[in-house]
Amino acid sequence: MRFNFDFVSRRKWWYTLSLLIIIPGIIAMALHRPVLNFGIDFTGGNSIQVQFQQPVSAAQVREVMNGLDMGSSTIQATGTNEFLIRTPEMDEARTDQVIGSLRDQLGQLDLKRNEKVGATIGRELTIKGIEAMAVAWVLMIIYITIRFEFLSGLAAILALVHDVLVTLGFFAIFRWEVDSTFVAAILTIIGYSINDTIVIFDRIRENMKLRRKESTEELVNRSINQTLTRSINTALTVIIALLALMLLGGETTRTFALAMLIGTISGAYSSIFTASQLWVDFRNMRRERHRQAAAIRAESKTAAAKAKTRKATTH
Amino acid sequence: MAGGKGAGGFLKLALVFIVILALGAVVFPPLLQAMKLGLDLQGGVYILTQAQDTPDHAVTGDDMTALERVMRQRVDQLGIAEPIIQREGSDRLVIQLAGYSNPEEAVKLIGKTAQLEFKTSDGQVVVTGKDLKDAKAVINQQNGEPEITLQFNAEGTKKFAEATQKMVSSYGENDPRRHIAIYLDQQELTNPYVRQAIPSGEAVISGGFADFQEAANLAALLRGGALPVPVQIIERRAVGPTLGADSLARSKTAIIVALVLIALFMLLLYRLPGLVADFSLIIYALIVMGVLWGLKATLTLPGIAGLLLSVGMAVDANIIIYERLKEELRNGKTLRAAIDAGFKRAFTTVFDANATTVLAALVLYLLGSGTVRGFAVTLSVGIVASMFTAITLTRFLLHLLIGVPAFHRLWLFGVKEAQIPAAARGEI
Repeated sequence: MRFNFDFVSRRKWWYTLSLLIIIPGIIAMALHRPVLNFGIDFTGGNSIQVQFQQPVSAAQVREVMNGLDMGSSTIQATGTNEFLIRTPEMDEARTDQVIGSLRDQLGQLDLKRNEKVGATIGRELTIKGIEAMAVAWVLMIIYITIRFEFLSGLAAILALVHDVLVTLGFFAIFRWEVDSTFVAAILTIIGYSINDTIVIFDRIRENMKLRRKESTEELVNRSINQTLTRSINTALTVIIALLALMLLGGETTRTFALAMLIGTISGAYSSIFTASQLWVDFRNMRRERHRQAAAIRAESKTAAAKAKTRKATTH
Repeated sequence: MAGGKGAGGFLKLALVFIVILALGAVVFPPLLQAMKLGLDLQGGVYILTQAQDTPDHAVTGDDMTALERVMRQRVDQLGIAEPIIQREGSDRLVIQLAGYSNPEEAVKLIGKTAQLEFKTSDGQVVVTGKDLKDAKAVINQQNGEPEITLQFNAEGTKKFAEATQKMVSSYGENDPRRHIAIYLDQQELTNPYVRQAIPSGEAVISGGFADFQEAANLAALLRGGALPVPVQIIERRAVGPTLGADSLARSKTAIIVALVLIALFMLLLYRLPGLVADFSLIIYALIVMGVLWGLKATLTLPGIAGLLLSVGMAVDANIIIYERLKEELRNGKTLRAAIDAGFKRAFTTVFDANATTVLAALVLYLLGSGTVRGFAVTLSVGIVASMFTAITLTRFLLHLLIGVPAFHRLWLFGVKEAQIPAAARGEI
């Protein structure tokens, strides 16, 4: 298919659309404490997943937990007679006590998962995640600056920030639980989105060599249109894989798949509607600055020349 | 002549396709069997312990070496095929017991400090776990109760003999002070009466065991020795075997469905080259699994997610090439020229795009921990393999393909006759 859309002239619209999604997310993060619905991977604590061999209701589980004076525990039904119980951090003896009580009062159970994460681990996960993201961004800017130019790197990274904010925003608004796979998802989104953006930038780079006279707007429009089929098709294949993972892959990978799905769509969008458009603006700004600088230079030159002639005439 | 050449080209192509299919069918099943599965896919226990400083002792490297040794001995008692025990950082130890079906038991064994002490009634420590040579669980022949027989080393034997001798000579029969209590982790196990001096260095802990297994576990702890420093479990993940099997089955379904859908998608979008891409994908999958197997990598859930995503990237390389190919065809190039130009131009694109993603994966690997690392490894291996198959195998197969004149039709490449310059029509 050949497309001929004018993406560039409506770039204010695209920026607005992005902000319409990002700002509510930021507001949701600002209003909520904690900012996101952090799971025990971040906060520290215990989580126990049990399946009873006989009908048991969440209320019954809650009753047993209340009897144990656990503080703030949450109980979530995850399947038939299956529950995920989250508690503040407990030591081994206490964990045994909880499982023992459930067994004694509600009957035989299958202990499917029994996890404990120390608070230090949670802190490390957050710090390491942010660290990894920052390092990845710096390396990417360097790589893109070498292979393309600095403004491309800057625009690409801002598109990544866009994708991260969009994904965080959705998780903040809907209070979906965030676990350690979320960190991996965010970093993969970055990997995917940059990949997607580079393909367009690569076409811009190529077209720039071929036709030097074209305006930046025309150049970017043509490049996006030429790579549009690829952008759509690639996003679709990744979305197919993610949908399969989300719908069929079970609950452990669901957070990951969901975050990835949002990030992939945002990443595909931002390559076309954010990164490329920002690059146009950055380029225009730079040209404007150069023109002004040139104008100032020219002015001072003429002033100097005038001064010189004046000097000459006085002698 | 031309027909004969076409038939030969077709045979060659068919042969290569059959070889690829056969390779997939023969190599895949044993390769999948040989893959090491993570705890999340087969059930098991992951424990991260941290050695604690005490007011008068900071954790040293020697402590960690000793701790690792003790833990290994304890874990060996469980009889697990391939336990993984690794130092992490300066004061942490990771213990992974894959396929172990009793997480609670493992946690107990690992978490115990196993500080064994024999104390007199006035709280004097006679001997400790350090003085122990051996500990064995046995069934007492007389009463059928489980008990543990202890054998002290030379120093322990001497200390124990001195203490019991002193007791027997200082206190009369049935004096309450003629007891030596046995404490494990500050908890009194038994408080036996000292009938006579014991110079042999042997002692028995009896009573208080629910069953033989409990005695055997304690004996294992005592044999393994006390931990050199206090240890805290800071992270523990235990996945029951049913959940692991369930996750594995679900991931398999997800992968198969995703692969079939992607293969169909490629076929519909790109026709013949799409078919070529699908065959390249088989080889791609073989390479990835082979490399992961060679690296002795463990396949975890995030790892599978990474693989699935890298399939998306692998397809992307093909999509970029094929879109380029279509463009070149529309510009009026012949099929062969279009393929060469398509690959040449697509290469830098694929390279730059993937290089940045590998950068991200690299950072993930260096800064991430456990699960995140597994994901980074599969993603990077997947990307590199996808680039390799896209620029070598896909190209090779496409060249074979155009050796068959019957395939020289634009619609087989997803391009309409009307889209190419009039001058180039009819001859591709």
